[in-house]
Amino acid sequence: MFAYYLDLALRSLKRNKVLTALMVLAIAVGIGASMTTLTVMHLLSGDPMPGKSATLFYPQVDPDPNPAVNHHPYDMMDYRSAVDLWSAHRADRQALVTSSTMRLTAPGVNLPPLMMGVLSTTADFFPMFDVPFQYGGGWTAQDDAQRARVAVISSDLNNKLFAGANSVGRTLRLKDADVRIIGVLAPWRPSPQFYEVAGGNYAAGQTAGFYGKPEGVFTPFNSMLDIDLGGFQPFTCWHVPGADLRTAPCVWMALWVQLDSAAKVSDYRRFVADYAAQQKALGRFVHADNTQLRGLMEWLDYNKVVPSDVRLQTWLAFAFLLICLFNTVGLLLAKFLRRSGEIGVRRALGASRAAVFAQCLVEAGLIGLLGGIGGWMLTMIGLWLVRRQPVEYADLVHLDGPMFLVTFALAIVTSLLAGLLPAVRASRVAPALQLKTL
Amino acid sequence: MEIRPIEFRPILASLRKHRIPAMLIVLEIALACAVLCNAVFMISQRVNDIHLPSAIDEQGLVSATLRGTDDKLVGSDIPRNLAALRGIVGVQQAAITSSLPLSHNNWGWSFGTSPDSALANRKNINVSLYFIGEGGDKALGLHMLQGRFFNADELADSKFDTAPLPETHVVVMTRSAAENFWPGQAALGKTIYSKPYYYTVVGVVDDVLRPHVYTQNTRKSYDAVYFPMSAAGSKGALSYYILRGAPQDRDRIMREAEQKLADLNPGAVAKGQTYADIREKYFADMSSMAWMLVLVCVVMLAVTAFGIVGLTSFWVGQRRRQIGIRRAVGATRGHIMQYFQTENLMLTTAGVVVGMGLAFGINIYLMQHYEMSRMPWYYLPGGALALWLLGQASVFGPAQKAASVPPVVATRSV
Repeated sequence: MFAYYLDLALRSLKRNKVLTALMVLAIAVGIGASMTTLTVMHLLSGDPMPGKSATLFYPQVDPDPNPAVNHHPYDMMDYRSAVDLWSAHRADRQALVTSSTMRLTAPGVNLPPLMMGVLSTTADFFPMFDVPFQYGGGWTAQDDAQRARVAVISSDLNNKLFAGANSVGRTLRLKDADVRIIGVLAPWRPSPQFYEVAGGNYAAGQTAGFYGKPEGVFTPFNSMLDIDLGGFQPFTCWHVPGADLRTAPCVWMALWVQLDSAAKVSDYRRFVADYAAQQKALGRFVHADNTQLRGLMEWLDYNKVVPSDVRLQTWLAFAFLLICLFNTVGLLLAKFLRRSGEIGVRRALGASRAAVFAQCLVEAGLIGLLGGIGGWMLTMIGLWLVRRQPVEYADLVHLDGPMFLVTFALAIVTSLLAGLLPAVRASRVAPALQLKTL
Repeated sequence: MEIRPIEFRPILASLRKHRIPAMLIVLEIALACAVLCNAVFMISQRVNDIHLPSAIDEQGLVSATLRGTDDKLVGSDIPRNLAALRGIVGVQQAAITSSLPLSHNNWGWSFGTSPDSALANRKNINVSLYFIGEGGDKALGLHMLQGRFFNADELADSKFDTAPLPETHVVVMTRSAAENFWPGQAALGKTIYSKPYYYTVVGVVDDVLRPHVYTQNTRKSYDAVYFPMSAAGSKGALSYYILRGAPQDRDRIMREAEQKLADLNPGAVAKGQTYADIREKYFADMSSMAWMLVLVCVVMLAVTAFGIVGLTSFWVGQRRRQIGIRRAVGATRGHIMQYFQTENLMLTTAGVVVGMGLAFGINIYLMQHYEMSRMPWYYLPGGALALWLLGQASVFGPAQKAASVPPVVATRSV
């Protein structure tokens, strides 16, 4: 029966090509616009550490001595709190994270010096975030303790400096210090660059910067304190800071911890609270109860990482799809009711209302399928346009398998929805009345 | 010529028979109107942002940054570099500063107006700090509104100690910053504080943008202050060489400046940019969003128009016989045209009435959840007018087809 309906639908679509083309086009344009924005939304709001994000946490304490109540602790931590919590080693894994920009040269490589983002972190960073290595590996806790002059570089930087060759063992000069390369990353592009997300609430929705590429160089935090302490920038300060950020009244460091079970999470929560209480007893903290331990996804939500332009575009695209839907309903209604005579004959020959209804829906679904193909092509064009935009996430944008399927599912669902009402109307055609006018 | 009043009643009676398609058109127009008003408003806001004025000589300005320099040597390197840059043909002014408007390189600080204002004081006003060397006012093309720029002693003595605030006691601020610190009062001679630092206003300049602007809040976008800074005491904070020349020379000046700085400072990283490029880059994503909105509006209006054409054509086809009868009993082609045009006008009017309400509601929602301001009232009638015109334009073709139905149709197959 389905094959017969399909045949009928094809004949009907061929009969009025302009109307068919208009409907297919309306669905294609609506699907193209909504899938383009939905794909961008899907890529930007996704989980940067699938399967692992539930075990990653971002502790926060409030070192601000201002007695006026802070509603939220600062987005980052001061040196002492961060290092105290890190060195207690109470989590399964823990890494300090802070970044700076500095001059980089590679002795023996004939390239002018570069200004390069350098991530200062600790040994657990690589296993904790499942960072993939092409050559070599990360450093050890011992390297952290001994302030070893070692570095891991990104695959982009390795391509630029060493043409992609195994550069483990070679030397980089960071500012005026030499570090030895011990690892080269495989291409790694978390979206967003979650480990450095902070301050999203002050960005007025302009958060595209969170989707930038990871730094080119990763070095032990302690080593960087020796190499270029002055290169670190405070996130914010509550008093005029002095020269040394380690003792400054400023927050500028992040701590990430991995906690593998719910019991460990509640233990760690208690540990952070106890630490704050102890610091209050020592007179260093005023707000001891203002601590937080947010999960990775919760932290991204809190920082509203998806740029407001992207969210607005998604709303707009769906309003647009709704307009296309209304449009298609109107056109389908026109199309079906124009065939009242034909439907009357079918009904008179014994077709049930359900059969007419099904036949109409098959036709609507076929339009949806055609619209889906058009919509898929328009989505590809739309995404190509997004890739050409001057935004940080441009290189991330692509249509993945699930979104490809969603494109067709959305097209067919839209057209079936659009066909529902016209099909009901068509199935109610009274055969006698129509036959009389033939 | 006989003028007949437009008959609404028969049209209403006929629409009542096609309630669902009529309602669909009304809904489509309402939604299109609502989206159109808001999208055009967003476009206009972004265009405003892209053209935010800034009182410096943007057209003639070239920036050449030099980063990764040795802090101990900058005292002698900066004067040497500036002397070399002044030697480039076409350079009228050259100076050094810590950052430029719209450069993203923001150094923010909060100051208060009372002597006990500490940094964490919540009443403080956050401003962007620019540190500037000798001749910086002329190189940027700052417009001095009141007071003066820094004198030679102030420029030579200012330096950084351990704190990120300069060891000086003078400041020049923008008109907006002055107005925000002391609303309705003269700022000249008054002092801003961040305990234990304090600075007295010696000059007020016309509004210059911050390195990072708050696009929906233009008042805050101009809260910037200038401090004097000596090359020797700058501790690496001065990295923007600014060169001013004729606009037609700027691309050549930029290339030569970058080359010259790279040659003189082989260990550092030099990068030249015209100021026009800096502004364009800053607003690049905003302008692409604006273009995307334009595209959406155009396609949406096209889809709506096609919908009207399709449905009206269908109605015309359905009513061929009735049209023929009307023509046979004396209606002119003009009357038939008028019928369909009036019908469309009624549908569109119903659509825009709902649409204006919807547009207003969407605007309120966007104001609450996004960085959006209130839409001025005239966008609503503007959107309504656009859809009226669109409706009339799209109904014209089908209506003409209807008018060309010959009266003889009435005599057939009755």
